[in-house]
Amino acid sequence: MRRRLGELAQLIRSKNAGPFWLTFDVMFDDPEIYRQVRDQEVLSVERVAACYRQDPASVLVFAHDTALAIKVSFPRPVSSGSARDTDVFGGQQYAPLMDFTVDLSEATATRS
Amino acid sequence: MIGCDSGTTDFGPHLLATGRSHFSRASVKRDLGIMIEQARRTRIPVVIGSAGGAGSDSGVAWMSDIVREIADGLGLHFTLAQIHAEQSKHAIHELLAQGRVRALPRMEELTGEGIDSSLHMVAMMGAEPIQEALSRGADVVVAGRASDASIFAALPLLAGHDPALCWHAGKILECGAAAVVQRTAPDSMQAEMHASGVDIEPLRADYRCTPQSVASHTLYENADPFKLIEPSGVLDTLQTRYDAISDRAVRITGSRFHEAAEYTVKLEGARRIGYSTVIPGAIRDPLIINQLDAWLATLDGAITARLQQTLAPSDTYTIATRVYGRNGVMGELEPVSRVEGHEVMLLWDVISGSQELSHSIAAALTHMAVHNPIPEWHGLISGVAFPFAPSEIDRGPVYEFHLNHVLVPESPTALFPIEMTAV
Repeated sequence: MRRRLGELAQLIRSKNAGPFWLTFDVMFDDPEIYRQVRDQEVLSVERVAACYRQDPASVLVFAHDTALAIKVSFPRPVSSGSARDTDVFGGQQYAPLMDFTVDLSEATATRS
Repeated sequence: MIGCDSGTTDFGPHLLATGRSHFSRASVKRDLGIMIEQARRTRIPVVIGSAGGAGSDSGVAWMSDIVREIADGLGLHFTLAQIHAEQSKHAIHELLAQGRVRALPRMEELTGEGIDSSLHMVAMMGAEPIQEALSRGADVVVAGRASDASIFAALPLLAGHDPALCWHAGKILECGAAAVVQRTAPDSMQAEMHASGVDIEPLRADYRCTPQSVASHTLYENADPFKLIEPSGVLDTLQTRYDAISDRAVRITGSRFHEAAEYTVKLEGARRIGYSTVIPGAIRDPLIINQLDAWLATLDGAITARLQQTLAPSDTYTIATRVYGRNGVMGELEPVSRVEGHEVMLLWDVISGSQELSHSIAAALTHMAVHNPIPEWHGLISGVAFPFAPSEIDRGPVYEFHLNHVLVPESPTALFPIEMTAV
């Protein structure tokens, strides 16, 4: 059953990691949902890079099992607060990740 | 000890560029007053890092002045250490000449011009200058730009605790109550160092930490959640265990710290890029919205030609146009290209070498935008709704972070002079 991360995650957020990087956290409270998102590589380097039109070589993706979180980081197009920046804190860059989908097993989908 | 990370680059480059604090003197005095009063009562040190927001000399002076005012008000006497992190152009030129400046990935090598165009530069100290101040008897340390975690790691490192646990505790503490399950308002956090682990517990009674909430904090504001780079090495949390020791406290064990082969400190700098005038304007006509790119291109061509003939050649200014309702929030990262709403807001940002010129360009832009034609309407149109009169808003000088480099100092304390004074 296909479900959007926006419905499943406990929190999806973005933030500066210093003035030159953006970082995204997709955090779950259900270990089973986290595991399926991780194992299906829903947030793969290639998919994230395609979505944000970034060079895959500059995109980092991490799975953090204890935090039940997938983390994505890539350099900002322009540094925080500079002439063409649109989001000084980098806090509103995550919305496209809400539309990424995971194919949940029937048992997990009915639980969530 | 009581510690506080007073700084951030989050608000933008203007704090470093101007030396001003984001928060008011009254609010800083209120918080600092509580810390100093309680710390003096129990005879424990207070460490403030990245004073004033950017940790430049003016931030250290501003914060130290507030410390003295608090001491006067409460009749307290103690030893104040001020640690400077601001770097002179001369000092950085020398380090550059000695090959002691490295560009971080994706950054160009530092040039003399890069140094000279800086308004202010700060180096981000590690734990050692703070340890030096504490060893010399400081009761209150007001440090300039410091790595967030070093503010809290300095004292336990000095006491001989496991470096990995000191740095991990520092990383958790630097954001106060951010590592709790549900932070409804800013508050503080406590770390208790033990031989084999560090216990994290929120101070506010209705907050609680869980292994997941504490583990999640290594994600925050950090590109790599398992590696935290510090001047003296890297905190590695890949094998860290987080165990609940009560319904609101968590024990951290198993973190590792890898000493760096070379000690490096980050260099931050800000420079002025010009003076800005902004114009908010909005469009409701669906005929214009449906051909917005063409309309913007026509306007751009017309204003460039007009300015070339009158006020300014095109290489003396920039006009950035943000289109709210399309990609105003995400700019070039926005994957959705269509405009779906029935109205859009345009925000023009004119930047040039003087406020007067930016304002003049903005005034011309306003006039040309409102009458910018589309083929469907014949005759003079009024195509933009300006919400304010005057429509042009002068923002003053604007800045950018232009350095993302590291320095290789002669010693961990070399770039950070300490002033000890009796208060």
